[in-house]
Amino acid sequence: MPELIAKSPLSGTLPITLGGLRLSELVLGPITSIAPFPGQDKAVAKALKPLGLSFPAANTFTSAAEAKLVWTARSQAFLIGIPAPDPIPGAAQTDQSDGWAGLRIEGPTACDALMRLYPLDLRLQSFPVGTAARAPLNHMQSILMRTAPYAFDVLVFRSMARTGWHEIEAAMRTLSARAALG
Amino acid sequence: MRIDGKGLIDRNTPLGFRFDGRDYIGLQGDTLSSALMANGVKLIGRSFKYHRPRGVLTAGSEEPNALVEIHEGGQQTPNVRATTQELFAGLDAHSQNRFPSLKYDLLSVNDLAAPFLSAGFYYKTFMWPRALWERVYEPMIRRAAGLGKLSGKHDLGTYEQAFAFCDLLVIGAGPTGLIAALTAARAGADVILADEDANMGGRLLSENLQVDGAPATDWADAALTELKAMPNVRLMPRTTVTGAYDHGTYGALERVGLHLPARDGLPRECFWRITASQAILASGAIERAIAFENNDRPGIMMASAIRTYLHRYGVAAGKRVTIFANNDDARRTARDLIASGVQVAAILDSRPDASAIEDCPVYLGATVTGTTGRHALRSITIAHAGGNAQIETDCLGLSGGWNPSLHLTCHMNGRPVWNADIASFVPSPGAVPGLTAAGAALGHFSTQQCLNDGVSAANAALSALGREAPANRAPVAEDTLYSLQPLWAVPGKGRAWLDFANDVTVKDVRLSVQEGFASVEHMKRYTTQGMAPDQGKNSNVAALAVLADATGRGIPETGITTFRPPFVPVSIAAMGAGGRGAGFAPQRFMTSDQASRDRGAPMIEAGLWYRPSYFPKPGETTWQQACNREVNMVRSAVGIADVSTLGKIDIQGQDAARFLDFVYSNTFSTLPVGRVRYGLMLREDGHVLDDGTTACLAENHYLLTTTTAAAGLVMRHLDFVHQAYCANWDLRFISVTEAWAQFAIAGPKARALLTSMLDHDPALPFMGVAPITVQGVAARLFRISFSGEEGYEIAVPARHGEALFRDLLARAETIGGGPYGMEALNVLRIEKGFITHAEIHGRITAYDIGMDKMVSAKKDCIGKACAMRPGMTGPEREQLVGLRPIGNVPISAGAHLFKTGDPVHRTHDQGYVTSVGYSPSLSTWLGLAFLKNGRARHGETIRLVDHLRGIDCLCTVSDPVFLDKEGTKLRA
Repeated sequence: MPELIAKSPLSGTLPITLGGLRLSELVLGPITSIAPFPGQDKAVAKALKPLGLSFPAANTFTSAAEAKLVWTARSQAFLIGIPAPDPIPGAAQTDQSDGWAGLRIEGPTACDALMRLYPLDLRLQSFPVGTAARAPLNHMQSILMRTAPYAFDVLVFRSMARTGWHEIEAAMRTLSARAALG
Repeated sequence: MRIDGKGLIDRNTPLGFRFDGRDYIGLQGDTLSSALMANGVKLIGRSFKYHRPRGVLTAGSEEPNALVEIHEGGQQTPNVRATTQELFAGLDAHSQNRFPSLKYDLLSVNDLAAPFLSAGFYYKTFMWPRALWERVYEPMIRRAAGLGKLSGKHDLGTYEQAFAFCDLLVIGAGPTGLIAALTAARAGADVILADEDANMGGRLLSENLQVDGAPATDWADAALTELKAMPNVRLMPRTTVTGAYDHGTYGALERVGLHLPARDGLPRECFWRITASQAILASGAIERAIAFENNDRPGIMMASAIRTYLHRYGVAAGKRVTIFANNDDARRTARDLIASGVQVAAILDSRPDASAIEDCPVYLGATVTGTTGRHALRSITIAHAGGNAQIETDCLGLSGGWNPSLHLTCHMNGRPVWNADIASFVPSPGAVPGLTAAGAALGHFSTQQCLNDGVSAANAALSALGREAPANRAPVAEDTLYSLQPLWAVPGKGRAWLDFANDVTVKDVRLSVQEGFASVEHMKRYTTQGMAPDQGKNSNVAALAVLADATGRGIPETGITTFRPPFVPVSIAAMGAGGRGAGFAPQRFMTSDQASRDRGAPMIEAGLWYRPSYFPKPGETTWQQACNREVNMVRSAVGIADVSTLGKIDIQGQDAARFLDFVYSNTFSTLPVGRVRYGLMLREDGHVLDDGTTACLAENHYLLTTTTAAAGLVMRHLDFVHQAYCANWDLRFISVTEAWAQFAIAGPKARALLTSMLDHDPALPFMGVAPITVQGVAARLFRISFSGEEGYEIAVPARHGEALFRDLLARAETIGGGPYGMEALNVLRIEKGFITHAEIHGRITAYDIGMDKMVSAKKDCIGKACAMRPGMTGPEREQLVGLRPIGNVPISAGAHLFKTGDPVHRTHDQGYVTSVGYSPSLSTWLGLAFLKNGRARHGETIRLVDHLRGIDCLCTVSDPVFLDKEGTKLRA
């Protein structure tokens, strides 16, 4: 039996490097939304413990090995990178693996590029590693995570992946043209 | 004329540029105005209304006269201030507002007609007849007035937007700003220092001053070197802070690439939004002119600007200069010029008691009463304590004192206060929270005062930021007392200009009072004073002083008009940066996008989504042919459509069913696992919000489907209801729209197609749902129909969407089917009388669409109370009906309905058409419409009129369901 070909949201889009910044598609692996029901925080924390993860506070993410657990809304977080323990008692879960496109931007001026698109203070002291935000990437909803001092992971709706790429690339281009002025 | 040894320009780097088609040479470091001045060009523009010859007045962003067009690769940027445009090799500038040439401008005839063209002329003259307002008068006035012109082409330049955050924003990098930034940065604060100029230093670069015993420029250089080396400082030259907004947010415009020939990818401008915990306004002050007869000739300029051209650009503004001032400060101009070897004809000091000791003739109690020179100043006539005289001079420097640049402090409705000592308005403290004015912007004009202010403002900001302020000493500098005696306008009969940019004279202001427009806001609008690109920076205070004099009130009582953002003109392109073309809105692509494009399908925008309109076949020349074929294909075989754009919301929890009962008008708590139900959702006001199907996937687990158009709206509505009314319920929901690719399979052969591909056929009943496996992929199968045919929707994880779509098409084609697009989808649903947001457009109740019985009597729901109010039901309401034209002529959506025999007038309106389509199944046009008491009028003949498209025909009113009313096909 033939298998249905699986395609990532930005399949065929090659990484670009401009002025010391690199933009690439981030293959996210499984994504599961975990939304603890009222009063079930402890049960959920217990189920997460074997993964080495704790339920993240607002605007943060926790991580362990390949896994990240990122706050995405009131009483809601996305487990990214590993399959969710099935089922987590006391929490609603949905498979979000196919709903999101991942983009990674790395380089010393990654923060400057993203501050052309996000109305957020992304300076390292205000938005340290481990910070996350549900914030608009220009006109788009997104999930933003700072994974290293000079690296951010951006998640946008799968259908908007190309626009997300376009926006970040445009910001990189103007930065690189500015840098060329010396 | 250049002066050897002067200026901060690079004499080793000549730059070729053009003005009005003539080639000139300037130097690196010049502005366009300094380069033109060095080349002896005095006539640069024509005034707005009277087309009078005008030259450079200032050396800054407040310039009202020297506005030019910059041409670049077919583009032209109008109203560029020559005083801020940096020179670059190949710069191509043109004068504007003249025809045929700058020197011989035909419209300067306006100047001769000036007695008839005073303020208010247009209001009085072009009143009758009314019919000529828009067609004759307005185009005529627009052509005559106005300044530069746009190219009329799309602006293809790159623009940028950016956000910045800091502890302290320092606005202006003169002595005040530099020392403030240094003080705060040394204490560890994150500082942004923004300045309009390419070179920071402010007046220190324009004067011959000492700071700490050394040339002021050296001190500025050292300060900048230190600031540049600090990681907590961001220097933003060429950046004008244009507005102060709520919560410490400031708008700023950066000229990124306008000082260079266009470079690929380099933004022309960047519009910044800077959020600062604290801000210091160190924007300096603007020198003001004095009004006297013919004070607008080229060669008459601000005394401080003459010093700027001398010290900064090494240019003498004239060969024989005269100074006319009411204060001591302007005497520096004379002294600096004399020291540089430029002849100063005289100093005319309006104060009778001022010192007469200078190295040139000084006339006390003197005023200028007239000037000569058509295209450039030739001579002036003066009156002074000892009599009258005429002085040959080609440059007259004016100084009526200084106005603090306090504009930003007024952006949140703060009113400045009058300071009689300096005859100026000064900022009122606290007018913008977190913003402190300092130095000249506060009316403290000596360099020493500026430096002291900078230190203390920085210390105050540091303490507000909770930082320790280290002991800082302000450097030592001149501390001359600023003394002036107000002089706004020299009495006289001729025209004395106040607002150079909008051609407003002293007489105009007096006329305004005479005509009853005596308040400052009325005067502004009557005369247009302060409404030009400089926004009155040069003329506001003088104009209201003249107004105060004419009304007999004092200046503080007269008050000042409101300064609003932006401080300098901001191009719309910069504010809308990134919004051109694909940047306008996100584009949403379905997983089947490429497969549809491969088949030549034109894509149509549905919200942000792109959906195939139809799938053309060889030989088809119109969309209608393709659409008819696709409709027939679905009705007779099988069609495939991507319906992934519908919103999908996963709802879980013990209160999930209770929640659905609450948000839907009908009942969902009785829906068994494995079944789907159609639901109607109301807004709080009782009108229909959305419709769609909801499937029960498992106990306490539902999948709610929304329309494409309302996906975001419904999600927001559900979030609101959850958080506002039932936050403690055992309930969680989340959008899964993007996670699934979903395809409709519709037609009598739908089942056959499914059987060919499913590992196991769940044999679903109508409105059933089941988990399935498609080629090893876990998927969901729904039996629902939006076409009236036996219909299924198959959902797979989006990564497999494209492959499944291609597979479905191939299988469909082997049994006589294929893809269908939005056009066919629309016809199929109209034939069945199914509604979309064309019908449930926001003013429609459940009753209107015949679904009032879906508002359950057994339970409460959002919108129920309002839906039962009087007027929400009843025969007076327009109700959903079907329309079929008599004679099978095309009909149109948007047309209105009238009783046959009634006049076609809005007062006789009976309703309107929402959707139409040609039905190949019934070989006629069909329409859905809302008609007053429509359900009782089936069979009636009604007149359909569309004025826009010229359609006027008769239609038969019918039930909205045209085809298979019993639904036997979809239940097959």
